[in-house]
Parts: sequence; structure tokens; C-alpha cells
Amino acid sequence: MQILIITSAVCLLLSLAADKNKTLDGTMRGIKMFINMLPTLLTVLALVSIFLYLVPNDTILRYLGRHSGALGVAIAAVIGSVALIPGFIALPLAGILLHKGINYSVLAVFITTLMMVGVFTLPIEIKYFGKKAAVTRNILSFIGAVLIGILVGMFI
Amino acid sequence: MKPKKLLKDYFWTIIFAVFLAGSSVFAFEPGTKIYGNFYMFFVEMISFLPLMFILAGLFDVWVPKEKIEKHIGPESGLIGTFWVIVLATFQAGPLYGAFPVAYILSKKGASVRNIFIYLGAFSCIKIPMLAFEIGFVGLKFSILRSLISLPVFIIIGIIMEKIVEEDYKVNKV
Repeated sequence: MQILIITSAVCLLLSLAADKNKTLDGTMRGIKMFINMLPTLLTVLALVSIFLYLVPNDTILRYLGRHSGALGVAIAAVIGSVALIPGFIALPLAGILLHKGINYSVLAVFITTLMMVGVFTLPIEIKYFGKKAAVTRNILSFIGAVLIGILVGMFI
Repeated sequence: MKPKKLLKDYFWTIIFAVFLAGSSVFAFEPGTKIYGNFYMFFVEMISFLPLMFILAGLFDVWVPKEKIEKHIGPESGLIGTFWVIVLATFQAGPLYGAFPVAYILSKKGASVRNIFIYLGAFSCIKIPMLAFEIGFVGLKFSILRSLISLPVFIIIGIIMEKIVEEDYKVNKV
């Protein structure tokens, strides 16, 4: 996160030094895009918060650790696709799972689907890319994530 | 913005806010727990997303279309793909933060293939995330997962290009 803040600050300052009006224009464009996105985003975050209450992280952990093999991979793929756990929480969780002896394939599938596939964020994605592209990207990423998991398990 | 449109846009947010406020007044436990979750997600979002949008806005006014078209456009080949992957790895945050950047890249003439490779690289091999992953899950696993992801999301980009129409553009939101 610090990297992003520093990068933004440096870009803003450089931009300001070069051209004040252009900077103002660019910043306003960015803020406008953000404000347009906000209602959908807040709805998505509300839905995810309710989902996380119904299915807490420890429940997710318990289900992930329970099975290995094809069933384990399938469960990890579904959970990873639906959940929207921020990386700074998901990766420590992944570390705990590993110490508990979770299968590497299951872990790779979980991490990859978590990052690549977003069922809850689909409304946002559809707004940007249209229904066809957004849905196709998620399906392909789901398949890709399972493939990545199987290969990681084979090579590790 | 017109009040009516505002009400329509924020309809579900308002319902949710009323639910949270009610929960806090009547000490309704599920409501307060959901608030806790929402707060966590909201803090995560608000601490990076506005910056991503401002960077996207600055990128929009400063970087000329010809440059993007030349380097990551339809004719850019493997080097173009290399550049979008480098760009993606230096970013942070959840995938929805990459969408505004994808919009700007598409507007400036990036190829469809490179847009989706950008999204793939953003989700699989961001450096800040990798650092976390190495710390918690281990170096070998992280490197192996990254190396295997690379061809997979490049292939996904190529398939996406075949599936969506040739004049495909990412929408402005």
C-alpha cells in the first residue's frame, strides 16, 4: 500500500510541476470515475460483508483443510471464486493452512481463484467489460486456476 | 447530480445503512458483525482505490494515444505483452482496482489480448502480493505458482481476443 501512496504522490507532484491545468483535469477525471463507480462498489461490499457473516473465514478454513485430491480442488475453486478476502488476510490464512498440512494443489487453486475469479464483483466487471467478456473471463480464469493448481501440485 | 438519480443509485446502500443503524440501536448482533466486516472491506477499498483512479486520470491526460497504440496495441506482439505484464506487477490491491486502468489502456488503443493479459498478471503476479505470499507460504511455492500462472493467463488473453469482437472496447463507467 505504501508503494501506491508514494507512486501517486510522486506522479502528482511531477504532473503539477509540469502542468497545473492538466493535473487538475486528470485528477478530476479520476475522481469523477471513482464517484460513478461508488454506488455499485458499496453495494458489492455490503453483499460481501453479509456473505462473510454467513460464512466466516474459519468455516472456510475448515472446509479447505478437510479434503485433498479432486474434491479438495473443487471445494477450493468454488470457495476462492465466491470469497472476496483481501490478500493481506488470505495469505496469512494460506500460511496457517499449509502448517496444518493442506495439499499444495488445493492451496494454489484457492489463492488463484481468489485473485482471478470474482463472483461478487461481477456486477462491477460487467459495467466495464460487458456481460459476455466479463462472464467469459471469469469462466476461463476458473478453468485456468484449476489447471495452475494441478500443475503446482505435480511439480512441487 | 439529480436527487432522484442519486436516490436510485444509492438505493441499496441506503437500505444497508438503515439496517446497520437499526442494528446498532437495538444491539442486533448479526448487524454489528456485518458492520465490522463492511468496515474492513471499506477501509481496504478507500485506502487504495481513489489513488488508482487518480493515477488512471493522470495517465489519461498525459500519455498520448499513439504511444500506447505503438507499444501495447494490436501490432505490438510479444514486447507489448511484456510491457503490460511489467505494468501490472507494480500495482497493488484487489482486481476491481485494475478495471479503471484497463479502461484507460483500452481507450488509448491497447489490444484486447493485452488488456486481458494485464488483468491476469494483475491478479496472479503483483509484486506486493508476491512478497506477502513468499513470507507466509514460502519461496518455492510462490515462484512455481507464478511461473505456471504466466502462460495460463497469456493463453486466457489470447482466447479472450478470439471470443470478443474485433472492435471491442472497455466501457467508461
